[in-house]
Amino acid sequence: MTTPSRPVFLRWTHGLLACLSALLLGTAAGIAAAATAVGSPAPDFTLRVLDGPNLRLQEQRGKVVLVNFWATWCGPCRKEMPHLNRIADKYRASGLVLLGINVDDDARNAADLATKLGVKFPVLFDTDKKVSKLYDLNSMPSTLVIDRNGRVRYLHRGYQDGYEDLYDKQIRDLLKE
Amino acid sequence: MALPVCKGAAVAAIKGWRPAVHAWRGLLRLLARLRRNRSHAVRAAGMLGGALAGGVAHAATLPDDRADIMYHAYDGGGLRASGPAILVRKKLGESLSLSGSYYVDMVSNASIDVVTTASPYKETRNEYNLGADYMVRDATVSVSTSHSKEPDYIAASTSVDVAQEVFGGMTTLSLGFTRGHDQVGRKDIGFFDTATHWRYRLGMTQILTPSWLASANFEAVSDDGFLGSPYRVARIFGSTVPESNPRTRTSRALQLRTVGEVTPGNAVRVDYRYFWDTWGIKAHTGELGYSRGFTDQWLVDWYARYYTQKKALFYSDDAQVETTYLSRNRQLSTYKTLTLGAKVAYTVKSVPGSYEVKLNGAYELVRYKFADFTDVRSGKAYQFDARVLQLFMTVIF
Amino acid sequence: MLHLLLARVRVVALTGCALLLSGCGSIEPWVKPYERERLASPIMQFSRDGLADKHLEHVREVREGARGATGVQGGGCGCN
Repeated sequence: MTTPSRPVFLRWTHGLLACLSALLLGTAAGIAAAATAVGSPAPDFTLRVLDGPNLRLQEQRGKVVLVNFWATWCGPCRKEMPHLNRIADKYRASGLVLLGINVDDDARNAADLATKLGVKFPVLFDTDKKVSKLYDLNSMPSTLVIDRNGRVRYLHRGYQDGYEDLYDKQIRDLLKE
Repeated sequence: MALPVCKGAAVAAIKGWRPAVHAWRGLLRLLARLRRNRSHAVRAAGMLGGALAGGVAHAATLPDDRADIMYHAYDGGGLRASGPAILVRKKLGESLSLSGSYYVDMVSNASIDVVTTASPYKETRNEYNLGADYMVRDATVSVSTSHSKEPDYIAASTSVDVAQEVFGGMTTLSLGFTRGHDQVGRKDIGFFDTATHWRYRLGMTQILTPSWLASANFEAVSDDGFLGSPYRVARIFGSTVPESNPRTRTSRALQLRTVGEVTPGNAVRVDYRYFWDTWGIKAHTGELGYSRGFTDQWLVDWYARYYTQKKALFYSDDAQVETTYLSRNRQLSTYKTLTLGAKVAYTVKSVPGSYEVKLNGAYELVRYKFADFTDVRSGKAYQFDARVLQLFMTVIF
Repeated sequence: MLHLLLARVRVVALTGCALLLSGCGSIEPWVKPYERERLASPIMQFSRDGLADKHLEHVREVREGARGATGVQGGGCGCN
C-alpha cells in the first residue's frame, strides 16, 4: 500500500525549520526603530487630568518628571502601579512630579481602575493617542524620566521586576543635579 | 527573485549566518536524538514542564496564574464518556510558569462497533500533563509532558514549543515538536505492540489592524507502529476479518483563521483547515464563530463547525476486492459532521490586579452522517447525534 | 548524490531569502503597542480556556480522521 515518503517528508520539514529559524534570528538582528531618543528634549503636551485642571509638561520645568504611559488592558502596567505610587510619595517633597498617562479608548475604565488601585499621582488621559504618537512609543508600558531642563534622560520599555529600583536610583541622581 | 535589499539586510545576513547555521544544526541533532532514544525521550516525563498550550499565545507575557476545575461529558452513538478535569498554573518568579493538569475519562462504550461485535463495557482513562513555560524577552519556550493510561492503552508524549514575537510585536512565530510513544494492548492478551508519533508544528499569528488578527498553522504528523484497534473488524464479501492497517502514516494539515471585532464588543471568527495524508484521506474543516460580551460579567460565544472527510484508500464498508490493507473503521470513511455550539462565561467576582472567579458552561450538538458506513442493524447509512457538555469554574489569581 | 546537493542548495536558498526579508527594516509595524486595546479583550482571543479547548480537541481528534493544526496542542491520546 502507500508507504509514507519519509525522506521527502523530512526534507520538507527540515526546509521549513531552516526557514523559520533563519527568520527568527534575522529578525532579531534587525533592531526596531528607537522611540524618542534619550538626550533630546521631551516634546511638550497638555492633557486633561482625572480630577484637576489640565496639565502642561512645560510648566513642570525645574522639577524632575517621571512620565509613565499605561493602560487598563496591559498586565505589566497594573503590576507597576503600586511601585509608582510608592515612588511618587517618597520623592514628592524633593521635587519629583510623577505623571501617569493613560491610553485607553474609554477614559472611564481608566478612572475606575485608578480609583480602585488608589493611585495618588495625576492620571492624564491621552484617549486620541496624540501624545503616544508624539513620543513614538514602541512598548507598553513606557516610562520616561525627564530632568529639570526638560530633557529625556532615561527610557524604559515595558516593565520587569526590579525596574522600580532603577527608577528610584535614576530619580535620586537627577534630583541631585 | 527581485527583492528590495536594504542595508540592514546585508548586515543581518552576515551577522545572522553563523548562529543561524549552528542553531539549525543543533535543532536537527536534537530531533535525530529524540527519534533514536525512544524510551529516553519518554522518560523525560521526569522533566517538569507543561504547557497546556492554548494556541499561539502572546510571547511577551506569561499566561496568568489560574486554577480550573471542570466536569465534561460526551454522549453520542452509544458511547458515553464523562469525568472531572483539573488544571493549575502558577508563576515561579518572573520568567517561569508551571502548570499541571489531571483529566479522567469514565467511558461506557455501547457504540455501534462494540454492540455489533462484542458487548458493552466500561473503563476509565486517566491522563496527566505537566508543563513549564519559560519567557526570555520576546520569546517563550514551552516544554510539556503528558501521560495517558487506560487498561489496554498507554500513551506518553513530550513536546517542545517556541514562540517568538517579531516585527514590533505584530507577528508571533511559533515552532513546535511533539514525540509520543504508545503501548497498544488487548484486554485478553495484554500489551503486544507499540506506536510512535512525531508532530511538527509551524505557526504564525499576525496583527492586521487594531481590531483584526489572523493566523496560519501548519502541522505534520508522522506515525509508525500499530495504528488501528485490536478489537475492530473489517468486512470482505460479507464476512468479517480482523482489520489490517498500514504501519506508517504521514499527514499534513494547514489551518487559516481570522478573528476581528466588527463592532465594539462583538467579534467574529472564521477558520478553515485542509488536511491530507498518505492514507488518501482529505478533509475540510470550516468554522464560524461569534463572540459577544453583555455587561461586564457575561461573555457568550456561538459557533458552527462543518467537517467533511473523504475516505482512506483502504477503507471499505464491504470490500469486494482483496487488498493488502483493509479497514472498516468509520473514522476513516467518507462522512460529514455539523456542530452547533455555545459557550457562556459569567464573572462571579473580579478584583482587577488581584483575582477573578468565573463560571463557564459549553454545550455542543454534533450530527455525524456517514456516506459509506452502513449500520448493520438497519442496513442504512449510519448517522447519529452527539452532545458535548462542559461545566467549569476558573479562578485567575 | 545530485539530489543531496540540490537539497542543500534549497536549504541555503530558503535560509538566504528568509534572512534578506527579515533584515529589511523599511516596513514599520503599523499597529502601535498603545493601539492594542481591542486585541487584548477576551473576545479577540483564539483560545481563552486551555483545559476546555483541549477537551474539545480530544473529542474531535478521536472521532475524526483529520488531526493537527488547530492551535490547541496535545489533543489526542491515540486511545482506542
